[in-house]
Amino acid sequence: MAYDVRAYRRKQYWNEPVMGTWEKLYLPEILRGLFITSRVFVRNMAKWMTGRKGALTTYYPEERRADYSPINRGKHILTLRADGSGKPQCIACNMCATVCPAKVIEIEAAFDPSDPVHPKVPARFEIDYSRCIFCGLCVEACPEDAIRMDKDTPDLPSRDRTDMWIGKEELLSWKPQSDVAKKYPKATTRSGGGH
Amino acid sequence: MSPDLAITLVYVGYALAVLLTFGAVLTWVERKQAALMSDRIGANRAYLRIPFTQVKLIWLGLFHGMADGLKLLLKEDFKPITYDKLGYALGPWLAFTPVVLVFAVIPFGGTLDPGRLFPGLADWFGGRTYPMQIAQLDAGLLIVFAFSGLTIIGAMLAGWSSSNKFSLLGALRAGSQMISYELVLALTVLGLILIYGTLDLISIVQQQSGTVLGFLPAWGIVLQPFAATLFLTAAIAENKRIPFDLPEAESELIAGYFTEYSAMKMGLFMFAEFIEIAIVAALFTTLFLGGYNLPWMTDAGFVFPWGATVELSHGAVVLIQMVTFLAKVFLVCSFQILIRWSLPRFRYDQVLMFAWKFMFPLALANLIVTAVAVWLIKGGA
Repeated sequence: MAYDVRAYRRKQYWNEPVMGTWEKLYLPEILRGLFITSRVFVRNMAKWMTGRKGALTTYYPEERRADYSPINRGKHILTLRADGSGKPQCIACNMCATVCPAKVIEIEAAFDPSDPVHPKVPARFEIDYSRCIFCGLCVEACPEDAIRMDKDTPDLPSRDRTDMWIGKEELLSWKPQSDVAKKYPKATTRSGGGH
Repeated sequence: MSPDLAITLVYVGYALAVLLTFGAVLTWVERKQAALMSDRIGANRAYLRIPFTQVKLIWLGLFHGMADGLKLLLKEDFKPITYDKLGYALGPWLAFTPVVLVFAVIPFGGTLDPGRLFPGLADWFGGRTYPMQIAQLDAGLLIVFAFSGLTIIGAMLAGWSSSNKFSLLGALRAGSQMISYELVLALTVLGLILIYGTLDLISIVQQQSGTVLGFLPAWGIVLQPFAATLFLTAAIAENKRIPFDLPEAESELIAGYFTEYSAMKMGLFMFAEFIEIAIVAALFTTLFLGGYNLPWMTDAGFVFPWGATVELSHGAVVLIQMVTFLAKVFLVCSFQILIRWSLPRFRYDQVLMFAWKFMFPLALANLIVTAVAVWLIKGGA
């Protein structure tokens, strides 16, 4: 039984490569390709030999990129009270720990009799950065603006995941910010180039 | 110990040292060159720490090869249940040994006169001179093809004995591809044999020491540029490297004929491949780039076409010739790596089509043109 030959015809694509005589000679086009790659090689080699960097790689963690986005969600900051007492703004309400989808925040509350307005304070406030997904929901959930995220991520990588728990002291002190009106990045106009 | 034996042992030691060094260094060169060609840094985390200090020697990642070797040595030698014991054990060695043996007939320097180099031993050597080649054979080129043909058996045996269909497919591909390209390889060299009238590699290199047209070095690539291109292409295909790496195409066959090999047996296949890069480069240098010859250099020194001469001592000449050979080999190796990181892989039918419908007729045409030209130059009949 004869079958329909048309069903087996190869599909023609709109971007089917069409080779001219020059391309079918193989060699000139291959030489052109080799010239392109060796030009990149020579350029990068010349850069390395004259003491410049001939690669696009950021050699992390020895090197840091300076051009992190200003709204990048990086390491957390616990803000301090604006009265200069050095106490955390956090009232240990557990809303960030509740909303956290990765369940990385652990808070242990304590009673502070010296401050009748804010009697509930965190005794421990720890974030497990080996599991944190940097979604920023904790920042959204906080009613007191006590937790923020900075664009930088210093000292997060570690060779042991048990070293990646970061506690209250470091979160308060690595880049101290007090509870004043949140500084939003300035609105950039389209014509200004943005980031 | 006779002086002949002593010299041969020195040559063998030198050849082994050169080949193993090239095999080890080329892994590093390949990584770094590929990185530079694609705007990357390349492997640079492995280091040697000087004991009792915090001084870490990184040296541009040179120790990654050592780390790889150590890892391969310490890995578990994992085998499939139903493998063929003899073939499985022989495979890597049959792929590795012939590659190294090819170097026995490649001249890596000019003529050595040990009596002049070491005057204290002049009596022992009795004025004898030694061409710098391990085995002085009239049929050197035949030996090259005989040994490089043996590597097919290694690949086929490895693929068949590991009882895995990916391995078998890879072995079949390796077999058909290598046999096809071996034909092209031999045909391209035939043109050179017609010109030089000999199979002896030393004689071939010596005939490349003069000049043509008064200033161009009489290298094979000047006399047979077409054959040189075909030879390098076929040699890369013979070595099963990209763009001809169908036998071990990772995306299709995992690792081809050595899929089921692990630990140092797999390392031997990889090492054989890297040494074969150096061997292909050495062959190309010998046949087409004038071997150890520098342009306008003789055994006594330089004689420039504009009349100037530079006298050199025997030791200096020997050293320059050896370094020249190594430098040329290294440059050709680097060129092969450039090709490997520039071109995409063929489809399998394209590989065989390319060999039989494109390169084979071209090699034949090259042979015919060369034969007619040689006949005309020698005065016709």
